[in-house]
Amino acid sequence: MANCRPRLPRGVRLRHDRVRDRWVLLAPERIFELDEIGLEILKRCDGSVTAEEMSAALAAAFGASPEEVRPDVEAFLKDFADKRVVDL
Amino acid sequence: MNAPSPPIGLLAELTHRCPLQCPYCSNPLHLDRRSAELDTATWKQVFSEADALGVLQLHLSGGEPTARADLLELVSHCASLDLYTNLITSGVLLDRDKVSALADAGLDHVQLSLQDIDPVNADQVAGFRGGHARKLKVGEAVVATGLPLTVNAVIHRRNIGSIEAMVELALGMGARRIEIAHAQYYGWALRNRAALIPSYQQVVEADETVRRLRAVHSGRIVIDSVVSDYYARFPKACMGGWGSRALNVTPSGKVLPCHAAETIAGLVFDRVTERSLHDIWNSSKAFNAYRELDWMEEPCVTCDRKDSCRGGCRCQALAITGSATLADPACSLSPHNTALRGSAVRESAALEDSFAYRRIEA
Repeated sequence: MANCRPRLPRGVRLRHDRVRDRWVLLAPERIFELDEIGLEILKRCDGSVTAEEMSAALAAAFGASPEEVRPDVEAFLKDFADKRVVDL
Repeated sequence: MNAPSPPIGLLAELTHRCPLQCPYCSNPLHLDRRSAELDTATWKQVFSEADALGVLQLHLSGGEPTARADLLELVSHCASLDLYTNLITSGVLLDRDKVSALADAGLDHVQLSLQDIDPVNADQVAGFRGGHARKLKVGEAVVATGLPLTVNAVIHRRNIGSIEAMVELALGMGARRIEIAHAQYYGWALRNRAALIPSYQQVVEADETVRRLRAVHSGRIVIDSVVSDYYARFPKACMGGWGSRALNVTPSGKVLPCHAAETIAGLVFDRVTERSLHDIWNSSKAFNAYRELDWMEEPCVTCDRKDSCRGGCRCQALAITGSATLADPACSLSPHNTALRGSAVRESAALEDSFAYRRIEA
């Protein structure tokens, strides 16, 4: 998991929902409402960053240690990969 | 009444024309003719209004949506609005070039129907010779463009034993998702119920198969299921609630809370050509008819499940009991439930095998 470079496959995309003023992930027959952390993770899913680098960047952004952030990031990515909306 | 929250999805039935004749088609028995269909400019206007209203996902359906010559133009328009577009197709009118053009126009997802794993049975169910083979080619073309593919399999007595094989086929095609959708008995499927409905034992086995396959294929393919409610204990909350999440526009421009809503006599449906989508969603009588729960009768009024099931499906209540304000007969608490289950048990054992194929009446 740590070295994979997560990306959103075609047909899965982030969008700002203007009417409800929130960010959502649009996917086949699915709409995921995102919290702040989820959004920050998915914004980085462009195939250029490893899961480990993502944890480090999020830790820095939220003032936490990578050890604290890593399990949440990995659990989030695994959950979304199981739903076939993130490719690891 | 507070203003309703905006819809997230819109099902656009671009046309009722379709080369297939599936006997469980979700379209109404009375189909719109080509001459009654909305023109390109009106559909674009509808999509712009839907976007402004809060719709995020647009389901381009039919009939067969690829029978519309302006499909590419409509998809491009939706893409310019940043609407997520889902093409719900039988695939038989598509080829590699058309699929590529749709992908280039900004289409987001393709949902391709398969009738069965066995080509002979599949073509017989669809009433279209050679259809199954074409569908497989189109599925290949979709995956080749990089677009996500969902396989939609409507389940009934003639293919319920093929669920595992259909999931394998979908995996082999490169689909990321499959819908195992038990036929829902409205319109054409209700007319053909005796030839379609599975037995209780078959439904139980099908549910077990789906659960097992989900575990086996977790992370490879998403298996969603639409359950058969004739043998259920409690009904499904129709469309996530009447007028609460989605709306449907017919080929001629009527706006419905669900695709079967026109069966409910006494409701008048506004047209996109006469009123804005915003007005229709927020204040039309038809959309407000069952939004609240004040129409309920017993056993629903005093039932503690009413906020979650919302009385079940109004169209099924009407189709089976003759009244749209009674409990959905799929509920075990409905006085009509015994009769509903009884008809399913009787019909699934009688093995009627002839279909009334879906056709636009001459």
